[in-house]
Amino acid sequence: MASQDITPAGTGSAKVSLLNDPRIRGYIYQLVVLIVLVSLGYWFVNNTIANLQRANLATGFGFLDGRSGFDISSHPFTDYSSDSTYIKALYVGILNTMLVAVVGIITATIIGFIIGVGRLSHNWLIRKLCTVYVEVFRNIPPLLVIFFWYSGVLAVLPQARQSIALPFSFLNNRGFYFAVPVFGQGAWLAGVAFVLAVIGAFLVRRWAYKRQMATGQRFPVLWTSLALIIGLPFLAFALKGFPVTVNYPELGGFNIKGGALVGPEFMSLYLALSFYTASFIAEIVRAGIRGVGKGQSEASHALGLRAGTTTRLVVVPQALRIIIPPLTSQYLNLTKNSSLAVAVGYPDLFAVGGTILNQTGRSIEVVAIFIVIYLSLSVLTSLFMNWFNAKMALVER
Amino acid sequence: MADNNLSFVRTEMLQGQTPPLGERGIVRWIRLNLMATPIDAILTVFAIFLLAWFVPPMINWLFVQASWSGADRAVCATVSQGGTQPEGWSGACWAYVNANFNQFMYGRYPQEQHWRVNIVGIMFVVLLIPLLIPRIPFKSANAIVFFFVFPIVAFFLLVGGWFGLPYIETATWGGLLVTLVLSFVGISVSLPLGIVLALGRRSKMPIIKMLCVVFIEMVRGIPLVTVLFMASYMLPLFLPPGVTFDKFLRALIGVALFASAYMAEVVRGGLQAIPKGQYEGADSLGLSYWQKTGLIILPQALKMVIPGIVNTFIGLFKDTSLVSIISMFDLLGTVRQHFNDANWASPQTPISGLIFAGFVFWIFCFGMSRYSIFMERRLDTGHKR
Repeated sequence: MASQDITPAGTGSAKVSLLNDPRIRGYIYQLVVLIVLVSLGYWFVNNTIANLQRANLATGFGFLDGRSGFDISSHPFTDYSSDSTYIKALYVGILNTMLVAVVGIITATIIGFIIGVGRLSHNWLIRKLCTVYVEVFRNIPPLLVIFFWYSGVLAVLPQARQSIALPFSFLNNRGFYFAVPVFGQGAWLAGVAFVLAVIGAFLVRRWAYKRQMATGQRFPVLWTSLALIIGLPFLAFALKGFPVTVNYPELGGFNIKGGALVGPEFMSLYLALSFYTASFIAEIVRAGIRGVGKGQSEASHALGLRAGTTTRLVVVPQALRIIIPPLTSQYLNLTKNSSLAVAVGYPDLFAVGGTILNQTGRSIEVVAIFIVIYLSLSVLTSLFMNWFNAKMALVER
Repeated sequence: MADNNLSFVRTEMLQGQTPPLGERGIVRWIRLNLMATPIDAILTVFAIFLLAWFVPPMINWLFVQASWSGADRAVCATVSQGGTQPEGWSGACWAYVNANFNQFMYGRYPQEQHWRVNIVGIMFVVLLIPLLIPRIPFKSANAIVFFFVFPIVAFFLLVGGWFGLPYIETATWGGLLVTLVLSFVGISVSLPLGIVLALGRRSKMPIIKMLCVVFIEMVRGIPLVTVLFMASYMLPLFLPPGVTFDKFLRALIGVALFASAYMAEVVRGGLQAIPKGQYEGADSLGLSYWQKTGLIILPQALKMVIPGIVNTFIGLFKDTSLVSIISMFDLLGTVRQHFNDANWASPQTPISGLIFAGFVFWIFCFGMSRYSIFMERRLDTGHKR
């Protein structure tokens, strides 16, 4: 009760106890929290150092230059062998994580949009089927879906000799073999042509938009772009005399020769992540489309726009504004869930890091690498989606 | 009334005619819901083909061909695989689920001590159900018992070592028991912790705000397996030499911290949606920070984000399956562990076990999501647009 001090006459306001001043109290709280955390951190660091010394473990990232000594089953973009360094192994892991994340995100988005639109269909049967899909997949752990594909479906496929033949491809318990084009001499011209065609299509679109704004005349942008993008590389191929052959997989004895192979680990992870995330994306898409007022499409019809144009110019841009933020977090979830690869032995970042940890015992360093890389992947994805969101956002005047 | 026999004037009301065939009953329904446009009709035919291609074989596999009981893999394998089924047979192996059911529920928890788990389970249900039904009174007493008394009783019952109950290592726990304990503790820790983190993130104190932001964003940026990895490999390093931590407890800490970061973001959404006038009104009434938060802000904010909270619960429940990666055996882990059991290995075993586990997970998650929809409707006091 020392708070009854009377201030000297003239200052005009009653002085409250320092303890009752919210600002001062805030400082005190923060100081207390900081002291507790710093001492806790100090204790942790001390213990860690003591533990490491006791176990004779070295610290630092120098070990990354050492020879890894383990094989990685899938390294599609780089050459890697057990003689490569740890850092190379981690690099392969990051690439594998990104591969499954990118392919999974694309597939999940496509399936999700189809299912989400299907849930709004007038067709009762389609609507119910899509609802069943969503309710089944989003209430089951993704890990279980991965195992479902891995040990339930892909592992019990027939052996190589009785492979299931699909058009230009084979399916057996070693994975999915498919035909790949092999580019010969001069194929680079087609690549250049493709890039040029894409740039050209982009320029045509800008020119057409400007012309429509100025004169009101429309230009068939879609067909022109398609013609450019397909025609120009084709022309380039024709010029060089089609320097491309297709490497078909062929059934030969106990094995399949030729073609490219996607292993069951990647397949199960990819299928599970796509199907699982698609159920969430479907709900987001549905909410987004439902979020666009009915008046918007009615007004658009009243202006004389056709159904397709209404969807493209009125409904979708507004729905996308609602869809993109939660879609971003689903993409991030998919990327993070790709770490479940370790359960089926697909060598993603987490699996490779786990192997390194087991070999070297550098748990702090490896976990730090995990955190840094996953955080940067998350930040990259959110930066891209924020840019896309800003592009799509309502321009308020 | 002499003129009322005019032949062109009706004397009695006509019965309304039934609508044309296409405008009534099932035909109308089919026309409107399945065949509204040509594209709809094509889609319907496509869907029917899909169903016809998919559903009968599935029912056949799940129920008709399934082998329901048996002592070992013989009932689930064909003759050439060393079993008794005819060549080409394919059906669910429910006998495997049946035979290992106790394992899937309790893990390696000693058989003669199962009654302890059962009592905890019964207590859980008996306490939970009145909490979930809005009409039943004594909610706060019930909640206190459920969240404070029950965990203590459950702990002593499950772990033992007191009152003459034999001590049971958590390493022997498994199956649905682990899944439910992890989720219950995760849920009841992550909600309060998430609220505290969300309040901290909206606090005006820079240090506290920064700490909360760093924690939330960091945990949300990395996968749960990494958090579990940290909990199981790094936590022991942080503690003084010699102090060991139960592995189960480490997983619990990891799961709870992970979920609380997500919960914090959900709660923050609710806090942000509260109009400024509510804060100012509370301030002008002279309420302290905690009175304001506890009596004015949180009740409104939490009500608004019930769907998000339950979604986080569902996510947490599903995420508990990841503990099998740090070699603990929850329901999914136990089911997987038994695939390789030489007694039961057959081509049909893994998929049957996984479907069973998936079904159990599905029931819990679906139940939670339905309950959240029910609560959302009930608590909707009309503030929403």
